[in-house]
Amino acid sequence: MAAAPLNQYPLWKHLFILAVIVIIGLYSLPNLYPSMPAIQVSHDSGVLDAATPPVLRRALQEKGIQAQSEDHGDNRLLLRFTDTEQQLQAFEAGKQALDGRHVVALNLANSMPGWLRSIGASPMNLGLDLRGGVHFLLQVDMKAASAKAINNYAAAVRVELREAKLRRFSVTQTGDEVKIRFRDAASRDAGHEVLNKEYGTELDFAEVDGNEGFLLVATINEETMRETQSLAIQQNIQTLRNRVNELGVAEPVIQQQGAERIVVQLPGVQDTAQAKEILGATATVEFRMVNEQADPFEAAETGRIPTGSILYYERDSKSPILLKRDVMLTGDSIINANSGFDENGLPAVIITLDGKGAARFSKVTAENIKKLMAVVFIDNKTVIFNQDGEQRRRTVKSEEVVSVARIQEQLGKRFQIEGLDSTHEALKLALLLRAGALAAPVEIVEERTVGPSLGQQNIDLGKKSIIIGFILVMIFMALYYRLFGIAADLALAVNLVLIIGIMSLIPGATLTLPGIAGIVLTVGMAVDANVLIFERIREELRNGNSPQASIHAGYSKALSTIADANVTTLIAAIVLFVFGTGPIKGFAVTLSIGIVCSMFTAIMGTRALVNLYYGSQKSPRLAV
Amino acid sequence: MQLLKDKLNIDFMGKRKLALTASGVLIVISIVAMAARGLNLGIDFTGGTLVEVGYSDSVQLEPVREALLASGLDDAIVQHFGTSRDVLIRLPVAESDRDKASLSNRVIRALEPTGSLEVRRVEFVGPQVGGELRDKGGLAMLYALIGILVYVALRFEWRFSLGSVAALVHDVVLVVGFFALTQTEFDLTVLAALLAVIGYSLNDTIVVFDRIRENFRCIRKSTSEKVINTSINQTFSRTLMTSITTLLVLIALFLFGGEVIHAFSIALIVGVLVGTYSSIYVASTSLLALNVSKEDLMPVESANRSDDGSQV
Repeated sequence: MAAAPLNQYPLWKHLFILAVIVIIGLYSLPNLYPSMPAIQVSHDSGVLDAATPPVLRRALQEKGIQAQSEDHGDNRLLLRFTDTEQQLQAFEAGKQALDGRHVVALNLANSMPGWLRSIGASPMNLGLDLRGGVHFLLQVDMKAASAKAINNYAAAVRVELREAKLRRFSVTQTGDEVKIRFRDAASRDAGHEVLNKEYGTELDFAEVDGNEGFLLVATINEETMRETQSLAIQQNIQTLRNRVNELGVAEPVIQQQGAERIVVQLPGVQDTAQAKEILGATATVEFRMVNEQADPFEAAETGRIPTGSILYYERDSKSPILLKRDVMLTGDSIINANSGFDENGLPAVIITLDGKGAARFSKVTAENIKKLMAVVFIDNKTVIFNQDGEQRRRTVKSEEVVSVARIQEQLGKRFQIEGLDSTHEALKLALLLRAGALAAPVEIVEERTVGPSLGQQNIDLGKKSIIIGFILVMIFMALYYRLFGIAADLALAVNLVLIIGIMSLIPGATLTLPGIAGIVLTVGMAVDANVLIFERIREELRNGNSPQASIHAGYSKALSTIADANVTTLIAAIVLFVFGTGPIKGFAVTLSIGIVCSMFTAIMGTRALVNLYYGSQKSPRLAV
Repeated sequence: MQLLKDKLNIDFMGKRKLALTASGVLIVISIVAMAARGLNLGIDFTGGTLVEVGYSDSVQLEPVREALLASGLDDAIVQHFGTSRDVLIRLPVAESDRDKASLSNRVIRALEPTGSLEVRRVEFVGPQVGGELRDKGGLAMLYALIGILVYVALRFEWRFSLGSVAALVHDVVLVVGFFALTQTEFDLTVLAALLAVIGYSLNDTIVVFDRIRENFRCIRKSTSEKVINTSINQTFSRTLMTSITTLLVLIALFLFGGEVIHAFSIALIVGVLVGTYSSIYVASTSLLALNVSKEDLMPVESANRSDDGSQV
């Protein structure tokens, strides 16, 4: 029985290599199709209802605009158009036809055929340096957030002690602590007990005896402070998201970075002055009683509004509602708002007020049991309007009623808003309430804006340098290593396809200009593995080994060297990824993917080709 | 095709004194350049504002400067970028607190009368972010070196590890020295390039080390110097080939990649040249200086050592 041939892969190995190439190759295909102008419609509740597409279609029909194709999914509607002229017309028509809770945005959509879309393929995400847009890094003023919190607690403590009928104490706020001075030790003990019962989980108390008298020092405990700060960030993100939606930006990125920062990325936005203005504004909420005596519809129609009332509109139904002029409570009094459930298991929002707000609120609600109360959400919105044929933007104050509920009992420091439709709505209202209450100021600490022409230029230059570098290396390898060089060239081409395919497959991966540089560098370095192998084969041949044995030895001896060399480069790439920011991360990603892919193509890929060609020959003359 | 003859026998180690002198001189020049001129740090690290505008026609710098001066932006640095139609304006971090991020808006407003233009790029980095990026960059370099030190020590031996890190430090110092000497702007992309250089140079060093280890184990009766020399000769054509293919793509990147990627590709080109040289001279000479010998690498020496890569 003859020994198994040295240089033949079993069938499954060939099939495996082929399968990897075909599958990943398939997912790299979308990048070949050009982008088309499109408009994207979504709803700020996150769920796009079925009624939206017909409304939009009718609106477009009236204007005589025909969408080239329509795409539903991910709770958004994407309409593609053949040119930007139609896209802009459709954008305007969409904004007019749909209410303010729909977000209509200009976008670029891939024009790949439906079968590619059906297997979940999508093109690579392009970084802002390639597609154009603004990147902001916002620093949330945590000092302000905690100062505000300690301020609220100082007021709350004052009310609490007064309600406990304690007399002759003084509350002062210094830095990050509240100092409460008592007349004697007994009243301090009493005060301590009262406060501990109410705020023990949020504040730390320490009794201090000194020349200042009998002091009780309260500080916000670590957990509450962390919560306060994390809520400040969350609420800012929510507010920013709403505002960005108003700008009509497709695929914005708004996320937390580190403990105190927020990244805002707005692809396609050019007007950075406008964007900065909008990101800086603040929102709030107000509680008002509903005027149930007058008919709001009549008031809205006739314009005769009863004295002491103001006409508002409800956010969802757009129906008018009359509210009392007196504000019961403003968002400033809200310490916290969380979504939860009421005693019947229905969604609710639980609100915590500071002492001053609670005192006032409990008095007013006691007087108004069984009456309707409304929550008004106030925000600065941006409207786009036409002036002399030019698009202009203006920031206006918008006041909408987000919730109306009947007061069931006297409300105090903690109460809940019921009558919400869903947990989703409760979650959102809680966020909005926090947004109104705790808006910690933000400061832009980093900005990177790339204009659309520079973005396109970066893409073009990147493509050009990849192609030229690629061709140069291919020619050089083919000349130097002949047939083996051509095998390496094929592997290199496959490597490129794999990098693009994997970049398209990983949802979070983004191609940046340094990322392109990483691909270029990979093209140069990927052949290294082949160079190592081929040099080794040449050496084996020179040492008088048979061709088949030389191929075998060349591949196996070079393997550990290749692995060592690549692992160390990978270490550098991973460090880059961990420490790098934005575009640098992009470089690390393509470099890492390139290294891993090149191991596959340069070792397994070329071996398969070499085996196919030489494997069955008895004593071939190797063209290496 | 072959660039080198079959049985290469260059006495690399014999010329190591000369090479070390050359390295020493270059390192001294680099350090002096860094100390005397410093690095021309980009706004990524210093903080500040950068605005790139593209005019529809070529433009003189003087009217641009005057327009900025008229708006009170008197510490702006104005220069052409790539072509005579593109202008780059740099401003240090604004003094007043409110002004920091909106400085670019003022620049753009001030430039509007100077011609039909388009804003191509705006970058603003706050002072604290710049400081953080600087610290993070330094840390990244440090962690990469430590990671490599550990990996090489595990896979080879501690002397190899020291040798490779010596080569890497050598490379980094020379590339940074090059940037100090030429005052080419040192920004985040250059830092990334520097880490890529570390990866590349190490790649080169490992290949030589791998061969040195193999030869120590299988060549009997030879001096360390001869073994190292043979190993370098055996891997030399590979070292050259990989450097050539990498340099080919880097030159393509330098020539066609655009202005933004220029400093990045320069850093890599210098780094690949230096890295190729250092893996031969710095890394291997260090092994010799640290007295690596056959006994250190024989797997039989210590049975519990699992770092021998090539079981045959």
